[in-house]
Parts: sequence; C-alpha cells; structure tokens
Amino acid sequence: MSEQRRSEPSRRRFLGYLIAAPTLAVGVTWVSTADSAEAVIPTLPQPEDIFDLGDLQNLAATPTSGLVSVQVNEDGTASFALHRCEVGQGITTTVAMMIAEELDLPVERVTITLADARPELLMNQLTGGSNSVRSIFTPVRTAAAIARQQLVRTAATQWGVPESAVTTKDGGLFANGRSATYGDLAKAAAADRTVQVSATLKSTAAFRVLGKPHNRIDALAAVTGRKSFGMDLQVPGAKPCMVRRPPTINGTVRTVRNAAEVEAMPGITDVAVITYGVAVRGETFGQCIDALRALDVDWNPGPVATESDATVLAALKKAQIPLAVPQLGALSVDAEFTFAFASNAPLEPDNAIADVRSDSAEIWSTLKVPIDAREDIARQLGLPLDKVIVHVVPGGGSFGRHLFHDVAAEAAEISQKMGKPVKLSWSRTDHFRQGRVHPMSVSKVRATYLLGNVLTYEQRHTSTETSFSHGLGEMITSTAAELPIAGNLSFAESIFLLTQSVPYNFGVVTQLLNEIPLKFNTGSMRNIYSPNVATARELVVDMLAKKMGRDPVAFRRGFLRDDRLAAVLDKAVQVGQWGRTMPAGTAQGIALHGEYRGAVAVLVEIDCRPSTVNRPVQDGVTGPRVTKATIVVDAGLPLNPRGIEAQMQGCLNDGIALALTSSLHVKDGIPLEGSWDNYFYTRQWNTPVDVQVVVLPPTTNTPSGIGELGVAPSFAAVACAYARATGKVPTSFPINHGTLSFEPLPLEPSTPQSPTNGLDTAF
Amino acid sequence: MPQHTFVLNGERVTVDVADDVRLLWVLRDILGVTGPKYGCGLNVCKSCTSHINGKAFNPCAVPVSKIKPTDEITTIEGLPATVGRDLHPMQEAWLEEDVAQCGYCQPGQIMAAVALVRKARAEGRTITDDDLDGLRNICRCGTYTRIRAAIKKGEARM
Repeated sequence: MSEQRRSEPSRRRFLGYLIAAPTLAVGVTWVSTADSAEAVIPTLPQPEDIFDLGDLQNLAATPTSGLVSVQVNEDGTASFALHRCEVGQGITTTVAMMIAEELDLPVERVTITLADARPELLMNQLTGGSNSVRSIFTPVRTAAAIARQQLVRTAATQWGVPESAVTTKDGGLFANGRSATYGDLAKAAAADRTVQVSATLKSTAAFRVLGKPHNRIDALAAVTGRKSFGMDLQVPGAKPCMVRRPPTINGTVRTVRNAAEVEAMPGITDVAVITYGVAVRGETFGQCIDALRALDVDWNPGPVATESDATVLAALKKAQIPLAVPQLGALSVDAEFTFAFASNAPLEPDNAIADVRSDSAEIWSTLKVPIDAREDIARQLGLPLDKVIVHVVPGGGSFGRHLFHDVAAEAAEISQKMGKPVKLSWSRTDHFRQGRVHPMSVSKVRATYLLGNVLTYEQRHTSTETSFSHGLGEMITSTAAELPIAGNLSFAESIFLLTQSVPYNFGVVTQLLNEIPLKFNTGSMRNIYSPNVATARELVVDMLAKKMGRDPVAFRRGFLRDDRLAAVLDKAVQVGQWGRTMPAGTAQGIALHGEYRGAVAVLVEIDCRPSTVNRPVQDGVTGPRVTKATIVVDAGLPLNPRGIEAQMQGCLNDGIALALTSSLHVKDGIPLEGSWDNYFYTRQWNTPVDVQVVVLPPTTNTPSGIGELGVAPSFAAVACAYARATGKVPTSFPINHGTLSFEPLPLEPSTPQSPTNGLDTAF
Repeated sequence: MPQHTFVLNGERVTVDVADDVRLLWVLRDILGVTGPKYGCGLNVCKSCTSHINGKAFNPCAVPVSKIKPTDEITTIEGLPATVGRDLHPMQEAWLEEDVAQCGYCQPGQIMAAVALVRKARAEGRTITDDDLDGLRNICRCGTYTRIRAAIKKGEARM
C-alpha cells in the first residue's frame, strides 16, 4: 500500500475538448494521466505482437473517438453515459456527485446512463478491480469543469462582462444583477467545431458535494419498483426463454427424444439444442419451466464429471509449491487452510435479451466487460463487429459474475438458432450449479520467529484456476489470456502479486500462487484472492502473537509497517472496545487489510455458545453469530461517505458468509447447491444487530477503491474471533462446510418446479 | 384458455392463461407488472414478495387458479395507494436510510416489512429484533443493517 501523504497538488490544468454538438458537450480522453499509474489491475505485457492491426483501423478514425463526454442540455440538466456498469456499488451516484461538484449543479440534475459497448475505448470499459471511481475521478471532473468554464465564457460574452465577474451556483450564472440558467445557454455555449481546451479543477478543500454523504440517485426507482433490470425490459418479440441443463458442469446433449412434443406444449413456441443444453421459448417463464422439465434428454458428461470436493483438494495439495525455510520446531508456526468453492451468484439470475437477425444483432445484458462481450458474440455469430450492438443494463448485483458474458453469448446463440428474439433467464438452480464459481484453494503458511522478531513469513496459495479470460476488457488482452505462452497462469500470477501484500515487518516474506487447470467454470468473486489469502495471514498473525505471548492488537501494532493501517487499527480498537471482558464461548477478533489504496480494520464479536449455535431456524443454518462489528475505513479521499459505509456493510456480510456458512459442495462434477436455502449467504438471522462503520477523514488526495475492500478483513476478523472463542483455529472454511445442511434438489430435471402452496406461508 | 379475474393494485384485471401458471409470471410476463422480481421461483429468496388481501406472500409459489376474483393483490407499484400517498411511509424510511444497493430485492423487502409491522400491530406489539431475524428475504448486497433501521423507522410512521 502506498505511503502517500495528503498534500495539495499544484493547480495544474487538465485538457479536454469542446465537441461540435447541438448543445454544450465536453469530452475528455479516456487515458487518465493523473491516476492510471496506480491502477490495481495490471497492465499486461505489451500486446502489439498479437494484435491484428486491422482491428485498429476503425479506432483511429478520428482523434476524438475515445472521448467520454459530459453534455449540458436545454432543460438545465447535465448528462453522462458512463462507460462502467452499475451493479449496486454506487458508481453512478459518485460520478453524478463529481459532475455536480465541478459544474455547480445540484446532483439531482445530473443524469447518468450506462454506455453501450464502445470498442474504441480499448481497455477502458471494464468494471472491476474496484478501479472505477479511482480511474474516473480526474477525467470526469475535468469534463465538468470545462463545461462550467464554457458556460461562464458564453455568459460573459453575451453580457459584455469579464469572465471573472460571472459566478455559478446551482445551475445558474450570475453577474452584475443579470442571470441565466445553464439550460438557457446550453445551445449558445455549444461548439461548432471540436477544439481542445483546458481548465483547472477545484481543490479538494473547496468541495461542497464530494466528501459529504449523499443518498443514491437511483434509490427512488429502487423502492418504487421502477428500477428496470434486464428481465424488466420490453423488447418487441423477445419472449421468455430458459434452458434445460445437463447434470454435470458443461455436459452436452447426446439426444433429445421429444422436442416436437415439447414444442407443442401450451405457450411454447420453440425448442433448440444449444452448446450446453436445450433451450425453450414461450409466453411465460412458468411455461418455459414446465417445458424444460418435460424434455427427455440424454447427456454426455462434462469435463469435470469425475471431480468432487475431495479429488480437487487432493490435486491442490499435490500442486503446492514447497516452502523454502525449514520448520524450526517450537519457533515456527505452520498452518494450512482450505477454502471451499464459493458462488459469486448475485440475487438477480443471469439474463440477457438477444435479437439476432441474419445481418445484425442487438444484445441487452449486465456486462462489466461489454467490449469483450461484443467482440466475442460477433465472432460467434459470424457478424461484422459494427453489426452487433451491445447495451449495458444495470445489474441486480455482480460480485464478479458479470465480468463474464456467458448468458449474453448463450442468448445470442439461442436467438440465432430460433431465428427469433429471446429474453433468456437462467433459473436459480442453473445459477448455482452451472454458473461461475470462486475456485477452491489451499493456503499454506510458515512463519518463524526468534527473540521477539518474526524472521520469515512464507505463504503458498494453491487454487483451481481462476479464469481471467475476460482480460482487461478487450479482445487484445482476452486473447493474451488464452495464449499458451503468455497464458492464464502468468496473468493470474500478475494479478495475485499486484493485489497481495503482507503489511507487517516479518523479515523475509514470500507469497506465491500456483493454479491447477481443472475445467470448472470459474471467475473472480468480490475481492478475488484476498479474502482467502488475508484470512490465512491474519489467523497466522494471531497464532504468532499467542506463541510469542502477546495480545493480538499489541502484536500487530508492533509489527505494522504502514501508517494508514496503524491508524485504522487504533481507531477500531477504541471504537470497538478491544479487550473488553467477554463471557466464555464468545470473543472478539480483529483483522487488517490494505488494498486498492485503502486501509480497513474490522473488529467483530462472535457468540459460539451452544445456545446460540443451535438456535432453530427453518430451512437454514444458524451456527455461531457475529453479534457486533466495528469497521474503520481509510478510503484515501472519501467521496461519498454514505456509499462507503454501505459498501463496508455489504463486505461485512460477505465476510461472515465466507467464514461461517456459504460454500458449494461439488460432487461428481456439479455443485449440490440449488437454492438460497442451500447456499447459505448471510441472512437476517446471521447478520450482526450492532454494526458501526467509521469512515476516516481524508488521508490522501485521491479516492481508494471501495466495493471489495472490506471483504477480506471481515472474513479474517470473523475467523480470528471464532478461533479465540472456541480455542481452536479452524483449518477449513466455511466452518460448516463439513456438514451438508440441506437435502439437495434433484439434478434432473435441472430446474425444480415452483411450489404451489405459497398461500400457506402468507403473513 | 381459462380466464382468471382478480383485483390488482386497486383495479380489476382478467387474464387468459393456463390454471397452473404461477401468479408471478402472470404479473410479470402477461400484465407487465415488474416490481416483483424473480430470484428463485422456489419461495425461498422472497424477492417477489407482494400482498394478498394485505398479507405478505410470494406469487412465484401460487398458481393463478388459486387467486379468487375478490382477492386483492398489491405489488410494490400499488403500495403507496393503500395509504393514499405518493410513497408509503416504509418507502420513505427506505429512502432516508438509503437502504438499496443494487435494489433487486428491495421491493420484496419493503412489502415484507410492511406486512411484518401490520402483523406485530395486530398482535398488539411492536417489532422486535427476533422478528427482524425471522425475515427470510435475501439481500445479496448485504444491506441488512439498513433494512433493520428502516423497518423500525417505517414502523414508527405507519
């Protein structure tokens, strides 16, 4: 983590373009000079050797093709098509705040939409790595600042006053008793040709909007049911569509015995065999479920049909990179932790609308890497890139799932095969069983110490392969991840090395990753490697402290080599009352993590007493309960403290789930989990009643990444608290993984029938 | 095709659809009422929670044939009208607490919350932490802390 101190940068000018348009429009190039050097997602080895120059021809068409632009409209609003995906993390709100800040316009008058896939933006249309706000911060404010400057110039010219006499406030311009709204001047301020201009940005000390808590701009739509998700869109002719899927991951169809019969069922219009199943299209999703269940299909087994939890674990243990330092008996800590497969499924099932014609295609889906989706789907359909339009739809969560466009590609395949538009939704059961998973991994740690010092810290993280085939958002890098030489492993290793660190003075430190290439459908899950790697690390830190006879907090404080982590630790200790007397069977746990140029400390209290662990709940798991949590976050320059608090609360519930309850049990090539009463994400009965988030005042001049930052320390703190409450350090996560706490739904048909007794549970 | 009539958000509606189609799909795919979300179709995630005659239920688990012509179905779209306002007090509390993240579960959460408060009130009491622990609606973004705060605030204003 950087040691960057808070100091006011020089008031340098930032460049942008006045774009020829009917009303005022300001563009900025999307290569951020101010911030990109510290981007979390690494730059790949230069890709020119594998990049077909023909692909570039259209991109260089105009010098401004890569611009993103802020527009001022005649109704006095400003609008911006964000080249990122909103999936709940709140970036649309933060970006609206940025524009409002520099434009002197109320946030409510800024409209943010999501941009379609724009290949000319190259690698810069990827939502991931908690990098959006960090990378947008300077360019978008620059565009807004230029827009304001141009409005001021226009008013000054019209009124015959110097620019310095014109002030702006709440979307209005004022000088010598005269006034106008931005809407009044939106046309007059427009450029008739595209020219480069520059402006200075407000100093952070002058912020009036950024840095103050702001509610989400889409909150009203969300609470009234008006927020429109993929399945809510009405595209002419795009009827509901679902898929009968195989009983093993990526199994394939051998024969369908009754396609014609199923096609004649009530409401059903089409049946088509596709890559991994049989698609049905009909008037309602309910009738699609009936139809897919009625299909009589023989299957070929998928590529991991012989794999189960135990076989994967054995393969991981065999692939571990050896530790270098010999074990030193009483003066070393040796530990090994297993982390089960986990699902990155959001609540909204994967869905996409596809309207594929003979010469064109239009796709709607929640896509965090839409350029990659567009290029891939164009290739799959055999269509030129410019004949494929890909719209990005706000998502009902992502957690890593929407880095991939599996569902959009499948919808396109189905639409092409049926020759009709489709609205495809995966069923909940599909989502858990055939959807992307976070890989199982094993983390082995050895630390040695002598005379009060830690001499070495070695961590060997071994994982089933995490697919990064979405690359950095674009075909060039996507291809690189598939190449045998510059292949996935080196890319994964790069990401591992660029995201992991040990923030303690532990002498010689090495952290290495090895991955085994099992063909599960994998992908990142919120915070990628960190939750598992940091949990292993923080548990070992507690073990070291115990062996060396020191309190966990005092020990961390003594070895920390990062001031920002020290500050959040101190604050958490104070606010969360570290060390207070706790009854037997309950305990506090504390953990630290720095990433995305931010720092977090989490202090939790857990209750592992039998009366709590065994409290009854219908169709769910209870187990230990985290009763209280204190989260202290240093977000660098916190732009929206209310949003940051929300993200920390979400990260906490993710961490609790990873530590205690949520995992996939893979058996004979498929996860057994098929519903939210099998996959135990944190529910109300497992969430702490007492949660306090402290957002520290600014410590730097740039915002840190936020959406994933709190997962790792939350997971680690809960694990440490559990170990202290029970007196036993757990070696397998989540702690309940060894017990199957549900009756698995049948594997065939792949989607269960909906119940009919819903009125019995009305309350 | 059989006809089914019921009262939806204060208006009588009639649909031609097979008896066993679950009400959720009648609402979403035929009537275009998309506030109730599909999250599982198994009466588990509760993101489709709506009201039948004022009680919370999940239309994904009720065949349309079980709905009587006199039954009043209220979805999130019709909730404000039940109190004759633009927003129900529970929705206002949700806005003040800035509960939603992705927002997908929130219509169902709000409908469940309103029913929970009414149920407690009918029992002559106010909601407790145990009541809140018993809410089954999943929020995969993990907004539970703010949901709990909003329900208590909304209860005070209902």
